[in-house]
Amino acid sequence: MSVGFVMLCHTALDRAAEVARHWAKQGCPVVIHVDSRVRYRLVREMRDELSDVRKLVKFSPRYRCQWGGWNLVAATQAASQVMLKTFPDVQHVYLCSGSCLPLRPAADLIAYLQDRPDTDFIESVTTEEVGWTIGGLNIERFRLFFPFSWRRHRRLFDMSVRLQRRLGIRRRIPSGMVPHLGSQWWCLSRRTLTAILDNPERQAHDRYFSRVWIPDESYFQTLVRRYSTAIESRSLTLFKFDFQGKPHIFYDDHIPLLRRSDCFVARKAWAHADELYETFLGDCPEGVQRSEPNPGRIDRLFSAARERRLRGRAGLYNQGRFPVDNFENGKTAGPYSMFQGFSDLMPDFPDWLAKVTESRVHGHLFAPGRAEFSGGDTIIEGGLSDSASLRDYNPKSFLTSLIWNTTPERQCFQFGPADNQKLNGFIAADPNAQISVISGAWAVPLYRSGLPFSEIRREAARLQRIEMEFLELLSRHWVKARVRVWNLSEFLDDPLELLQLLVEEIAPRLRPRLTQPPEIVDLAGFGRFLQDLRNQGMQPMVMGDYPANDQFHTPDRHGHPLLVS
Amino acid sequence: MKPSAQTARVAFSLFLRRIRLLRRAMRHRHDLTAVRDVTAGIHPEAILGFACIRNERLRLPYFLDHARRLGINHFLVVDNGSDDGSLEYLAEQPDISLWQTGAGYKASRFGVDWTTWLQARYGHGHWCLTLDADELLIYPHWETRDLRALTGWLDGQGQPMFPAMMLDLFPKGPLTAHPYAAGDDPLVHLHWFDHGNYSVQVQPRMRNFWIQGGPRSRALLADPRRGPTLNKVPLVRWRRDYVYVNSTHSLLPARLNRFYAEDGGEQASGVLLHTKFLSSAPERSGIEKARGEHFFDSSLFSGYYDALIADPDLWHRHAQRFQGWRHLEALGLMSRGGWV
Repeated sequence: MSVGFVMLCHTALDRAAEVARHWAKQGCPVVIHVDSRVRYRLVREMRDELSDVRKLVKFSPRYRCQWGGWNLVAATQAASQVMLKTFPDVQHVYLCSGSCLPLRPAADLIAYLQDRPDTDFIESVTTEEVGWTIGGLNIERFRLFFPFSWRRHRRLFDMSVRLQRRLGIRRRIPSGMVPHLGSQWWCLSRRTLTAILDNPERQAHDRYFSRVWIPDESYFQTLVRRYSTAIESRSLTLFKFDFQGKPHIFYDDHIPLLRRSDCFVARKAWAHADELYETFLGDCPEGVQRSEPNPGRIDRLFSAARERRLRGRAGLYNQGRFPVDNFENGKTAGPYSMFQGFSDLMPDFPDWLAKVTESRVHGHLFAPGRAEFSGGDTIIEGGLSDSASLRDYNPKSFLTSLIWNTTPERQCFQFGPADNQKLNGFIAADPNAQISVISGAWAVPLYRSGLPFSEIRREAARLQRIEMEFLELLSRHWVKARVRVWNLSEFLDDPLELLQLLVEEIAPRLRPRLTQPPEIVDLAGFGRFLQDLRNQGMQPMVMGDYPANDQFHTPDRHGHPLLVS
Repeated sequence: MKPSAQTARVAFSLFLRRIRLLRRAMRHRHDLTAVRDVTAGIHPEAILGFACIRNERLRLPYFLDHARRLGINHFLVVDNGSDDGSLEYLAEQPDISLWQTGAGYKASRFGVDWTTWLQARYGHGHWCLTLDADELLIYPHWETRDLRALTGWLDGQGQPMFPAMMLDLFPKGPLTAHPYAAGDDPLVHLHWFDHGNYSVQVQPRMRNFWIQGGPRSRALLADPRRGPTLNKVPLVRWRRDYVYVNSTHSLLPARLNRFYAEDGGEQASGVLLHTKFLSSAPERSGIEKARGEHFFDSSLFSGYYDALIADPDLWHRHAQRFQGWRHLEALGLMSRGGWV
């Protein structure tokens, strides 16, 4: 009782020969098929090299195999027949490729198969349930004609498929046959394989499948459903495909991972991975391990790679990842908050917020003079400089770098109409942003500045225009940020409740209970100041109904946050 | 991009530009005199290294060792009038074909005309790695997988190029405080870098990538627009009608600059460790400033040279220490993409 290996080879014959010798040395017969495109000289060298084990290593008739073509199946059939005929002891036939690498001793595999003498290990899934087919063709693989090569004449291939769909062309699937698909690397019992190969209807089967697309993934997978009594729908070979459907390659640095997988055979090994081949083709340990294959760790590693390749890390912009607008999977790396008007009204607001929420609170990051990092730093994480010219050269990179460099710490910063406004659209469209605005608060420092009134009036008009543009932007339908806008009067009406709302959102785990807001500057005379502006012909529009006597907290007024998004 | 009259016009003008650059490289081949030509021994599968150097005797030993370790089989080097023994040193190496020229560096587009000619002549069909002597390429898994593995994988992916961003390394303290001797590992002295102050954008015309920033923008240059271009495409499966446009920052045909994913995914990329700030940098800057061969308009960069000559300390509290490629990947400077 033994297992025999059928190897399909087309490159790196020296490695294939090493593997064949490895199996043969452990008493397992091997039948090698070499693609007929390989030069004769190379095949002769391979034969010569394996001459000392020629009793157990046979060569089967050569076919010219192309991806997705019938000859791959024909080659497998021929090699399997050689195997069944020449080695009557063989109870299971294991199909592998020349770049497959044995991970465990043959004795382990033999013991494993002896425990399951009639089981056929072949991935075989109905066409409705496959999610991984190339080109999106499932059942149509069996129903259409494929005169053009998918690899070489992609356009003609697609056109012919479309044309046949349009014309409603359908091949008849032979009766009694239910199309199944699956990996081409199987391990079948002698009984099932004989039933498939010595079947009186084989000619009809072959004729039908020779025109099916990629028959190596469907011929045995379909027929085994008819003749097998016990199917384990999985492959004993460990293989992984990347997102393009190309097999992942194993290198020297995968040795620990492969060893822990407990799989029998892995596909595919890099031909120049000397250490890998030395390790797994070395002397086999004594005794039989009966552990089940466990590719879980490898699965996780490769699905993480797939995720990284396809979705990337949110908020990262580098040489390999520069997503176009709205394909970012996260414009920034983490949540952050932008406050407009708060520090104008409450000069201690940044320090207070930092203490209450335990996040990092910067001053005006987009101030005209410099980026006001917290603590007055000139360089912060990542070497980000406070230089206004560097920041304004590429504000988007500035902000995304800041957030990326400081994750997971939450960043808060002050903003205002006097700051650089270039990035407003980006921030408004970013779901990570929390934008809170007290509109009109910019007038408070202006009022207290003591500048000549004509200058104040001009500046007030400019800032109001900028703020109104910003508010207009924040009310667009595509805004994804969490936006809250209060006007000055609404905020002053009940500052504590509104601040509580914001603080809870920034630090949900701390759940700080506010008892006292930070100190609000003395506003005596501000109502009069607004009236003066009006009298001078400048209409203050963003402050709301600010009472002329600066008195709030009348019982009939309540500030409601205007939740825009 | 949808085909339109505009894109067709850009494509045509880029085509003309490529032809012009190729013809220019053809003309400049007369600048070169072969010192040692062993190109006949290049194996069809060989991975080739190209470089144009001047007075790099100090860096060359380690530079060549590193490239050999990566699996470069044959180097094709142009020496632009070295007088510090670089030429003699290179001529002794068995795996180097060497050309010499005394012609102007600026007049040959900073050496690109010469290397373009060599690439067209000897690089066709080969994977070609084009480096400056102060660049050390690293890529995902580079310690365990050589360039054959990387290029084999790229071939399988149908990707004929591999990008690597330049990462300026700097020492802690003034540059001259860490004297460097030929053959030393430069990373012993230079192992600090900035990881998150880069400006990333896409140029509209050729739609190629533009990364600027790092310590040079932060500390040495006044105008961020003049910040050094850091993106490079050093590794390309060459065809004789390809051409580098400026240094190895971008190539024509323009599709070779499309190495980044636009759908949010991450493509594989590497890093060129830039050892410019060795102890010799201040002295070298004085010489370069006097020669005026390194920028089209060197007067714009006199402030930069002066800052370098003043032997600055580029280190800061948040500088990161180099700990290998996985660290760089975690910081977001490179990525293994789908290559595990």
